[in-house]
Amino acid sequence: MERQIKAFKAAFPHTIPVMTGYLFLGIAFGILLTSKGYHFVWAVAMSIFIYAGSMQFVGAELLASAFNPLNAFMITLMVNARHLFYGLSMLVKFRGTGKYKPYLIFGLTDETYSLLCSCDIPDNVDKNQFMFFIAFLNHIYWVVASAAGALLGSMFTFSTEGIDFVMTALFTVIFINQWKSRKNHVPALTGLAASVMCLLLFGPENFIIPSMVLIIAALTIFRKSVEKGEE
Amino acid sequence: MTLTSSEAFITVAVMALGTLLTRMLPFILFPDSKQAPAYINYLGKVLPYPVMGLLVVYCLKNVSLVQSPYGIPEAIAILCVVLLHLWKNNTLLSIGAGTVVYMLLVQKVF
Repeated sequence: MERQIKAFKAAFPHTIPVMTGYLFLGIAFGILLTSKGYHFVWAVAMSIFIYAGSMQFVGAELLASAFNPLNAFMITLMVNARHLFYGLSMLVKFRGTGKYKPYLIFGLTDETYSLLCSCDIPDNVDKNQFMFFIAFLNHIYWVVASAAGALLGSMFTFSTEGIDFVMTALFTVIFINQWKSRKNHVPALTGLAASVMCLLLFGPENFIIPSMVLIIAALTIFRKSVEKGEE
Repeated sequence: MTLTSSEAFITVAVMALGTLLTRMLPFILFPDSKQAPAYINYLGKVLPYPVMGLLVVYCLKNVSLVQSPYGIPEAIAILCVVLLHLWKNNTLLSIGAGTVVYMLLVQKVF
């Protein structure tokens, strides 16, 4: 128990920025989902079991459209495809985490991933418990915020039209942060160009898969110059 | 609710499974005993950048440039986000202010 408290105390300060972000986005998600006519229990359940920020915003749209589970599954894979690469870079770090491993893999969101990559674990703290608390605290913030947003959303009747723009703004901000962190902008530009091109060619319902294929192809062709650009 | 409860339940379950699959797959494909090839490592490093551009476009996929309001609210709000973020570099401020601007535009102006 004492070791757990130690790990908790070491992990908590690192999660404060994520807490702030998740409160805002989680509340926005809760409001968005209830604005589509869903009870707050749905928001809580989605935040517990899906636990993927951007996907849940997309999911709110899916829940407001015609029933199409195969489409929902494909969109989930496409939107979350980036998680594949979070997993790839955590293969080593999650080695030997034993009973914590399944939960650490389940909780690998953008934010938890970036914290796990960036924070130094003190020597006198259990590494596994530290990583567990990072993931678990973030999860709690997300669930609590979603519940709060869903409750506020159903208590107040102000118009929430346009609140889904929060997702566009989030991705735009991450896009800018990533842009500033790299010298070589070929990957970022490839993403924009390929998606716009495929959107015009294939239309809004079918452009994601061709975009991903085009992106992979471009990144494969330009691999040398992309890797060289970051030396 | 657009869907029935069981339809919504299936949709949520499918999204939960899909999400879990994307997080688990690398650990299944490359268990502790195996090393990922260099090409996979390269993709892993570089893919987050194009994916973010794709997600921005995904959010805007239903905006029409030929029908009123011609994507003007989106253009203004994104410009606000970009300028504010380059100026203050505060993620929450940029997202919050951009969203408020967009909500005001679609509710009060257009």
